Amino acid sequence: MKNPLDSLWGTIITGLVLTVILVLAAKSLMG
Amino acid sequence: MDLVPALARWVHFLAGVMWIGLLYYFNFVQVPALKAATADNTASGITKHVAPRALLYFRWSAVVTWLAGATLLGANFVNAFTLRPGWVGIGIGAWLGTIMIFNVWAIIWPNQQKILGMKPASDEEKAKARRTAFLTSRMNTALSIPMLFFMAGGLTHRAAFGL
Repeated sequence: MKNPLDSLWGTIITGLVLTVILVLAAKSLMG
Repeated sequence: MDLVPALARWVHFLAGVMWIGLLYYFNFVQVPALKAATADNTASGITKHVAPRALLYFRWSAVVTWLAGATLLGANFVNAFTLRPGWVGIGIGAWLGTIMIFNVWAIIWPNQQKILGMKPASDEEKAKARRTAFLTSRMNTALSIPMLFFMAGGLTHRAAFGL
């Protein structure tokens, strides 16, 4: 599988996905 | 004293714009430009004159950004980094920023020194350093997206995301 960080769009999408995951994690931490 | 956090916030923004601006310059401009410049034998202009200067401001603006951010957190530094109630959003932003500055100083800069000939390295070591620095820089670009989301938290985030 190709590393998504090899392309700029892959990098941006990785960052956006990470943002969603961290928002959900933050919300669950806050109860 | 209110003046210290106010000045720290200002410096944090100024240095942060320079740090992340140069990170985006490397990823969106310099990497593709180097590929094209290597093809027509003009890459040395970038590697000799542009990259070392950009890296100098890049790594030191990261330090100023982090120190100003820590000053801004002040007595709540531990609350943020331990993700205490009320400090989860900025705490996640602070952790991401801290991971990013670690990447700059512990991974990107030592590898860039090999790539740019500031440290002795064989061709094989240079190729490995190039790949490591590239992927770490790309990782920092990806991390900057949630980092800035959490750093920019405020009333709008509270209204839209409950954060």
